[in-house]
Amino acid sequence: MKEMEELVAEVPVLSGLAQAHLDLIAGCAQNTRFDAGTYLFREGDPADRFYAVRQGAVALEIHVPAREAVVVETLHTGDLLGWSWLFPPFRWSFDARALEPVGAIAFDGACLRGKCETDPELGYALMQRIAQVIIERLQATRMRLLDVYGVEAAT
Amino acid sequence: MSAAVAARRDPLLPDRFRVTGRTRETADTWTLTLEPVDRDPLAFAPGQFNMVYAFGAGEVPISISGDPGRAGPLVHTVRAVGKATAAICDAQEGAMLGVRGPFGTDWPLAAAEGRDVVVVAGGVGLAPVRPIVYAVLAQPDRFGRALVLYGGRQPDQLLYSAELAAWREQGIDVDVTVDIATSSWTGKVGVVPQLIGRAALDPERAVAFVCGPEAMMRFSAEALLERGLRPEHVYVSMERNMKCAVGQCGHCQLGPEFVCRDGAVFSWPRIRHAFRIREI
Repeated sequence: MKEMEELVAEVPVLSGLAQAHLDLIAGCAQNTRFDAGTYLFREGDPADRFYAVRQGAVALEIHVPAREAVVVETLHTGDLLGWSWLFPPFRWSFDARALEPVGAIAFDGACLRGKCETDPELGYALMQRIAQVIIERLQATRMRLLDVYGVEAAT
Repeated sequence: MSAAVAARRDPLLPDRFRVTGRTRETADTWTLTLEPVDRDPLAFAPGQFNMVYAFGAGEVPISISGDPGRAGPLVHTVRAVGKATAAICDAQEGAMLGVRGPFGTDWPLAAAEGRDVVVVAGGVGLAPVRPIVYAVLAQPDRFGRALVLYGGRQPDQLLYSAELAAWREQGIDVDVTVDIATSSWTGKVGVVPQLIGRAALDPERAVAFVCGPEAMMRFSAEALLERGLRPEHVYVSMERNMKCAVGQCGHCQLGPEFVCRDGAVFSWPRIRHAFRIREI
């Protein structure tokens, strides 16, 4: 079985981090699993952690009153899930539902925030990588705003 | 073919084709099969298009979406987005349509021989690349791995759902995503470039064929290049307002290119300039 340090080093968004930083991050990490259909977290719950998906797929959903939930995005092997742990009020903005059995590394948000505050170099390196993920998701969302498959776009 | 019929092969004159079958793909998209009334069946290469004429409504360019290796009726998948396409979609079995063609360049499958074939499609853009998949399935030894990366607006607007499943069973790596979904959809939600980013492909040996709305093609081509594909190994199919289809009228002119004659399939280095021109 792989050590947590090895698993953390395999998370794509963390690639290139110094070994000392990976070790620090691994100290806040643990393996976790979710059955298909279960929720990793629900909107409004305390956002005390985030995940790196190692296996499976997760749907990020928005609850819409009187309607079926809307899937905002799906996340898959290698993807990072959750950044609400970074900033107050530390509450999830979406539901996260396992579409199939999910294996993930769970990172303790408070533990990692504490280490980032005492080691700004780690904090900067981690923030750079998370910002990159946020930017990629923002760009994908902007592409969807174009509604390129809509009738207006086709005429 | 008689001399009289051969003499009628004027590319500006439509031939009569009878609608022999129609299948509803989505709420606004139909696949029609057409049989010639007074000419031989029409041979075509993957990527070519016909001008399809709904008499009294108008004529539009429609890519051929059938199997180029199989004799049989002509197959067109058409989305009703205007008067002419709506009339074509409404054509019932037995109705007559005009067809001119085939026109345009084809997907250069020879460039993909011995290489992995990456088909990237968005929306109704799956129709023009479907002949590539048929060609790969007919000659699997000619190519390496085959991937189909397909995106649509929402699940009920995806084309050929049963066929996508069949392609998977035949060894093609099919990945599908939609822009919008509710929780009953168990597939991916996101955009096609995200599929490209996650695809298990070897950029050194891959050739990509991209078809869909131009914004989607632009982002997809950029994602393919980011993955490391060479620009000359990326091909796109342009959609423009074609009228004559033989490079005479200029309606589809895009800078130095007449899309109907010089395309609609272009290599990325040849056409990428067009994607940088604002409001064109």
